[in-house]
Order: sequence, then C-alpha cells, then structure tokens
Amino acid sequence: MSEGKELRSILATDCGSTTTKAILIEKQGDSYRLVVRGEAPTTVEAPFEDVTKGVLNAIMEVEELAGRKLLDGDKIIVPQNGTEGVDAYLSTSSAGGGLQMMVTGVVKSMTGESAERAALGAGAIVMDIVASNDRRLPHEKIRRIRDLRPDMILLSGGIDGGTKTHVVELAEIIAAADPRPRLGSSYDLPVIYAGNQDAIPEIEERLGGKTSLEVTENIRPVMERENLMPARHKIHDLFMEHVMAQAPGYKKLMSWTGYQTNSGWTSAPIMPTPAAVGNIIQTIAKQEGIQVVGVDIGGATTDVFSVFQDVFNRTVSANLGMSYSVSNVLAEAGLPNVMRWVPFDMDESELRNRIKNKMIRPTTIPQSLEELIIEQAISREALRLAFEQHKALAVGLKGVQQERTISDTFEQSSSGETLIDLLGLDLLVGSGGVLSHAPRRIQSVLMMLDAFLPEGVTQLAVDSIFMMPQLGVLAEVNERAATDVFVADCLIRLGTAVAPIGKGKEGQTALKATIQLPSGAQHVEVPFGSMVRLPLAVGETANATFEPQGKLDLGSGPGKSLQTELVGGVGGIFLDCRGRRPFEIPTDPASRIRKLTEWSDALEVYPKEHATASA
Amino acid sequence: MAHAYTPGLRVTTRTRIVKERRLPLKGEVVVKAGEVMRAEDVVARTELPGNVQPVKAASMLGIHQEDLEEYMLKKVGDHVAKDEVIATAKSFFGLFKSHVKAPVDGTVESISTVTGQLIIREAPIPVEVHAYFDGTVTEIIPEEGVVMEAVGAFLQGIFGVGGETSGELALAVQKPDEELTPDKLNESHAGKIVIGGSRIQLPAIDRAKQLGVRAVVVGGIDDADLKQLLGYDLGVAITGHETLGLSLVVTEGFGRMTMASRTFDLLGGHVGRRASVNGATQIRAGVMRPEVIIPTETHLTDVREEEGEVQGLTIGSPIRAIRTPYFGRLGEVTALPPELQKLESEATVRVLEVRFPDGSTAVLPRANVEMIET
Repeated sequence: MSEGKELRSILATDCGSTTTKAILIEKQGDSYRLVVRGEAPTTVEAPFEDVTKGVLNAIMEVEELAGRKLLDGDKIIVPQNGTEGVDAYLSTSSAGGGLQMMVTGVVKSMTGESAERAALGAGAIVMDIVASNDRRLPHEKIRRIRDLRPDMILLSGGIDGGTKTHVVELAEIIAAADPRPRLGSSYDLPVIYAGNQDAIPEIEERLGGKTSLEVTENIRPVMERENLMPARHKIHDLFMEHVMAQAPGYKKLMSWTGYQTNSGWTSAPIMPTPAAVGNIIQTIAKQEGIQVVGVDIGGATTDVFSVFQDVFNRTVSANLGMSYSVSNVLAEAGLPNVMRWVPFDMDESELRNRIKNKMIRPTTIPQSLEELIIEQAISREALRLAFEQHKALAVGLKGVQQERTISDTFEQSSSGETLIDLLGLDLLVGSGGVLSHAPRRIQSVLMMLDAFLPEGVTQLAVDSIFMMPQLGVLAEVNERAATDVFVADCLIRLGTAVAPIGKGKEGQTALKATIQLPSGAQHVEVPFGSMVRLPLAVGETANATFEPQGKLDLGSGPGKSLQTELVGGVGGIFLDCRGRRPFEIPTDPASRIRKLTEWSDALEVYPKEHATASA
Repeated sequence: MAHAYTPGLRVTTRTRIVKERRLPLKGEVVVKAGEVMRAEDVVARTELPGNVQPVKAASMLGIHQEDLEEYMLKKVGDHVAKDEVIATAKSFFGLFKSHVKAPVDGTVESISTVTGQLIIREAPIPVEVHAYFDGTVTEIIPEEGVVMEAVGAFLQGIFGVGGETSGELALAVQKPDEELTPDKLNESHAGKIVIGGSRIQLPAIDRAKQLGVRAVVVGGIDDADLKQLLGYDLGVAITGHETLGLSLVVTEGFGRMTMASRTFDLLGGHVGRRASVNGATQIRAGVMRPEVIIPTETHLTDVREEEGEVQGLTIGSPIRAIRTPYFGRLGEVTALPPELQKLESEATVRVLEVRFPDGSTAVLPRANVEMIET
C-alpha cells in the first residue's frame, strides 16, 4: 500500500505476447480516471529482444495523446513534477508465452488439484500434473518432464506428518529427468517444494544440487484445508527472480516499476498478467460484497476467474481460443454443438474448411455477416467449454471425510462439489476481442447468456479496452484508484439478465413482470421459449416485481415472486425465458433456425435481413 | 499511416538461402566451413542422455527400503546388462531367493533408501543433424551445428504436415487449377517431390504414399481429408513431427484452391531439379511456415536480392484475399482510403479497394489480404 502518500498520476503497462498496452490514470477531483491509452508492438523477440523498447513506444503514444511529457529520453520521469512525469509506474507481463508450470501431487484429485489451483491462481499455465496415481509409468513421467521444459515446477504431495514415500518418489522422478528451463540453460530450474514438511530433508538431498530448490509451507497441511497463498507468493517471487530476469529487457523494466511513498520511491514487482486480472476481480468482489465470474477469451487461450463464497479460482483453457486455437474448439466441442448456434444451413465440409482457414490466417476478420455469425457461434462453444473446465476445478476439497448424521446419509451431498453457483452469481464480466469488439454490444450479451446460462438475476458487463491487467497490478499499490477506474472507465455495463430456472410449455406464459422504468411502469408477460429486451440506460436502475409461472423459479422458490432492483446498461434488461436446467435448442434444423432467428430478432442481435441473405 | 503492411508468403525465384542447422544440445560438428554438402549429408551429431527406467527393488525383494543397499550387487555408476541380476535377497533361512534383474542395458543412476527404488539409465540416444538442402557450409557454430547456404528459389506454403525431406521435383498436373487425382500419379514419381494443382484428396495421398513419393506441394486440401490422414482432428497448427510417409505443403489454404500461378510457374520451371521440403508449420508468436527450397547454385555467388526494402501495401501492390467471400482471389490494390469503413458484418475497420483480373472491384478489410511478396 502507498503508506498514505496520494498518487497524483499513474502510468501502467501490460506487455502482452503481441502488443504492449499503456494507460495513464490521473486524480481528477475526488476520484481517479483513465486519461488515455496507447499501444505498440511488443519487442521481446528478435530483432529487438528488449521489452522496454515496446514499453517506451507505447508510453510515447500516451504522451502524444495526453499532451504531457512523461519521458526524459529513455527514462520515465518520476515522481510527477508539475505537469511532467508520474507518481507511479507499474507493469504486468504475459510476453514470451507467460509463466508455464508443471505441478505434482500424490493423489491427482487431492494434492494434485490443490497444486494446480495454486499455480493457476498465481497466473501460470499448467502444462501437466504429475501424480503418483496418474497411471503413467515412471519412465513415461520422466520423459514428459524432459519434453515439456517448464519455467518452474511446484512439487507437492502428502499432508504434514503423513507418509513421505510418494512425495520423495516424485522428487526422484524430477531429479532423474534433470529438466532444463525453457528460457536459456544458464541457470537451474526453479522448483518449489510445498508438500509434507517432514520430507524436507529428503527433498533437499535429492533436488538441492540439481535444481534451484525453494521450500515453503504445505499447500495441503491437513486433508480438510488448503493453504495456497504461501506457494502462490513463492511462485511470484521466483517468476520475477528467475523467469522474468531471463527474458530480454526485463531486468531494466524491473528497475523502472515502483511508486512514490512518504518515505520516497518504492519498487513494485511485475505481475503475470492473469494474476493481475484475478487481483482486480477479487478486489471488486470484496469491495461490493458480490459473487463474480470474469472471462477473457483470446486468440489462443481462454481464462476464467471466479469469486464465490470468498474463494477465488482461476482456470486457463490453453487451447480454447478464437484464432490460433479456433480449430481446437471445433475438435473439442464437436460440429453439432457449433452448428446449433448457426441460424442457417451450412455444409459440414465447408464449415470445417472455413475454420481451418481462420486457424492458418489468424489475423483475418469477418467481412460478411454470415462469417460474423459463424465466429460468434464458435465463441459460444469456446466460452462454454472453458466454463465447464472452470466449474470442474473450482470445487470444494476432495477426499475430506465429512461428519455426517443419520439424516445426511440420505442426501447426495459429497465433497468436491463445484463452488460455481449460477443462481448466486451477481456479475458476469467478459473481455477479449470477440466480446469486447463485437459490432453490436447486444451480440456480447447473447454470447454470454448462451455460453454461461446465468440463472435468476445477473448483471452483465464487458471490459471495453482490456485494462483489467493494469488495474490489477494497481490494486496492489492503490486499491481505491484501481476500483475508481474499473467502475468508471473499464467496464461497459451491458445491463441485467433475468432468467427463471426450470422448464415450461412452449408459448405459455412463463414470467409476469412489472418494471418501474424511467419512462413509466411496464407490465410484460413473457412466453416460455422466448426472450424480451427492455431499455434501461447506463446509470439507471429500476425496481421490478417478477412472478415466475408454474414451477419456474427465480431463486425465491418455484412459482414464488421476486422483488429486486435492476441495473441498466447499453443493452438494457433481458428477460430470458428459454429455460434453465435444462436449456434446450431444437435439434431439427428448421425449428432450430426458426428459434435462433426469433431470439436474435427479439434482442436485435443481427440486422434483420440476415436470414434471407445467408440462407 | 502512409502504408499498411501485411506480411505475405515468400515466393522468390532467386535468393540467398541461409539456415542454421543446430543440435538440440551440444555435440560434435563433423564438417568444415566451405564444404559443399548434399541435403542428406550429416553435418553434426551428438548423444541425448538415455531414457531412465525406475525399478521398485525393495518391494520386489520383500525388504525394507532403508536396507536396500545391503542387498545390492551393483553400485551407483556400474554398468548392467538386460536381465542381469543386480540385487538379491534370501528369505526363510536361505531357502528362497528373490532377485531383481535389470530391465534394460544401462548404468545404475541412483539407489534410494527412502522409496526403495533404483534408477537405471539406458545407453545414450544418437542424434544427427543433416544439411537439409544442397549447399555450402559457411559457418561453424562450435559444438552446436553449422550455417548452410545456397542460392536458389525459395517459397513458403501456408500450411503443411510432415518433416524435412528432399528429392527431385516432378509435375503431375498441367494447370494450377487442376486437381491432383490418383490417376495422375505413377511409378516415375517414386522418391520425388510432386507438384499438384488446386487440391489433393485422400485417395491420391494414399496412392502417393504407396508409390513412395517424398512430398506433395498442392494448392488446397479439405479439412475432412486432413483429419483422415492424421487420424485426429488437428486442434492447433503446430506440425512437422508427424510420420505419415510423406510431407505435404499446402500453398493456398483449405478447400479447393487454385495454386497461385506465380507459385505454380516457379515450381514447374524447376522440374527435374533437386529440392528440399519441410512441412513443419507453427502458427503462434514466432510463426513458422512450410517451405520448398530449390538450390540452383551450391557454389555461392553474389546475389542481388530481387526484393527491395519492404514497402508495405501501396497502390498497385499485388495481393491475395485470404478470407471469405473473396478467399483465394488475386488482385491489385487500387485505393487505400485512410478513414474507417463499415463492413457488411457492421464492424468498422480500415479497408482497401482491389481490382481483380476480370476487371471487377471490391472493398476488403486490410486484415483480410496478404501481400504477395517476391
């Protein structure tokens, strides 16, 4: 924290694998606001091989746009002096493929999963989980570790005081593999030990000389409790000390980042981009006391973040994305799942070729409406699959013996249930090209509704220009500045969705609503299988009473009414009576096309002529 | 912005081809600078550490792991032969003996008294790096490899599968829009790099494999056929490690795609000459495209590069449309309006105007064309 010193201006960059993005934030009156944003190509790879060149280029663009001097030659002016310079410079990075880790655990679904959650939460991509019970033979595990060349290994396994044999065996496997780090062979591979504390001497004996071993607290000291933070902090430290320090230009960049405090200039670490995004999402959840899901869909990967019951989880689906990995979405989802979102007939072979052509020319964009519709259909499946993976990992602890009474034994509850509660979800935030740059904002609304199927009352938003990373690293230094900008400038409020759970009869009234819109009270009846959109602008709210019909449920119980306040946005209010648990799309092509067109028309998602133009 | 630069694929008739040929880890370079090599010649070799085989010795002997060393017949560093007894224990007053035999030839790497496990390391695996194309060694990278150079034609495809290979170029079609069908392949194509036209389908690929064709260079392939060929649905475009029996270079894209006439003419002009092909493709940061190298002069001469400095897109630039609805069409830039324009998809982007050879014109997003580089 900034020790009471008020920051007048903040410059923050995010060094992505292709683009470096800089934002300038200034204190205006009582709150912090985004002033301008600039960007330039990232310069980690040849011919530049110095990340700071791209950073300086992006800052130069900010200087021009803001009309303010920030640089003195190749140096950022700190602290602010009159109108020149800034009081803080911070940065995140995912350049060079981000942080790639391998983790280990004794039992894959217990310590293995805890290790995976620790690494993902720290912003890493988990390349593989090696576990004693993963059914691979030891030599197969050794070969795998050698082939992967991770940036770092998190070695965990066993509870404190438990058996040591398995976790020591894992250390022996790592020692036998003698893995070399991905970036350069001039330093030893960092290995973090966060397993059974009784085995520390044996682990040190086996790995001490061969790797750069760091020991920290056990991530699973007892079966009933996870302790992920010490391992996550260690991952961040080693990311800075070893991995980042090897990347071209980062030593210089690390010497720049910091902020002004009462006691002078304090340096600040560079955060892995996904860790920073997770940070801002947690900050918002904590400040507003809400449950949040955030998603960032990129060209190669899709990240999902959630905070439920104060527990933060992050997953990365490494091969679900809209360009480099687009073909993998088709391979994983299967053609029928993609086609169910396409409101016209299309030959399978033609669709396959088009998707592959996007994969080999990833920077192209949809020119025709038909191409846009296909791309948005694929994105629904990428988002759905990434969210499925997230639900499977964001779970309560497995392997925990629960105390039960006789009555409990008749219930189906078991350990390892997902924490994701769609009915309790308050805010769903989307970002990434296909969501942030959809030609119509309402297209993002429908993509998110279709992919995530939120239940009850849920607010939707998109990150307009993807500045969550910079705000995440800023939250570490000045939480208020980060949340001010997040609320005022980062999020574009799309509106609020209202979706009852359950199944009704097609065409029969599913929901009666009375909404006090600024233009006057509006009474609406929505038939089952339909959607209705009502206007409610950004900054406006409306009190509403909903009466779900039959056994449909908005969270108050089947058929029970619900009074709530709705928050407006650029899309307004969306009454989604298409059903949940199950949500169904007709399987015969003619009915499917009719329903998709009906929903699209109700929300004005695509220009009306698309059906005739494309069919 | 005065110029928009969209990198395209290189199709060059005469250029200096320079490639580093490196070992995966340090080893021995077996050639000297100035030597003239054939594609298949070895330039450097090394040995990768052998695989390791763990053996659960203590449990096999029925002893406590901490006692393992007492029962070992071999020490760390000792050589062992496959099936050789390396540890033994007597039980039941010496009536029964249990043995641990080496599962492979190798050396004892470690003996663990915590896990009761032995690790045997197998013999090193030899690795060789070949010259890849006919050319001259111009530089030695000590202990790592060499730099190979040649002068000749060079072209990149958009996508490929299969690794490095070399052979004589042969033409199997008459025109670039002709499909490469099985009936156009015969025994004379064995061991050669065959140039097809607009598309190859699975029956022709199977025929080519049967005949022993080394590589096929063709305009397009259907994704459904690629899936059959690989045996799986390719998710991410990282290829080159496949062992398919041949390498494949696709010059235009997926579907039936007439090979660009410049590419077709260039390849056709070198029929009978030796060429090298690599199907490896990697479409991520640090993009790698498949390639065809046709060395024409292995003794190096001065090359005045045909291309000048990359100018970016300008009026008159030859381009190829790379996305539906104009996919695969070649044309010439007629205007580069600076202002953003709204497309049919309602996206507002930078565009350019293009004239196709039949005289028709179209407005395309700049992101959806690539320059044809020379």
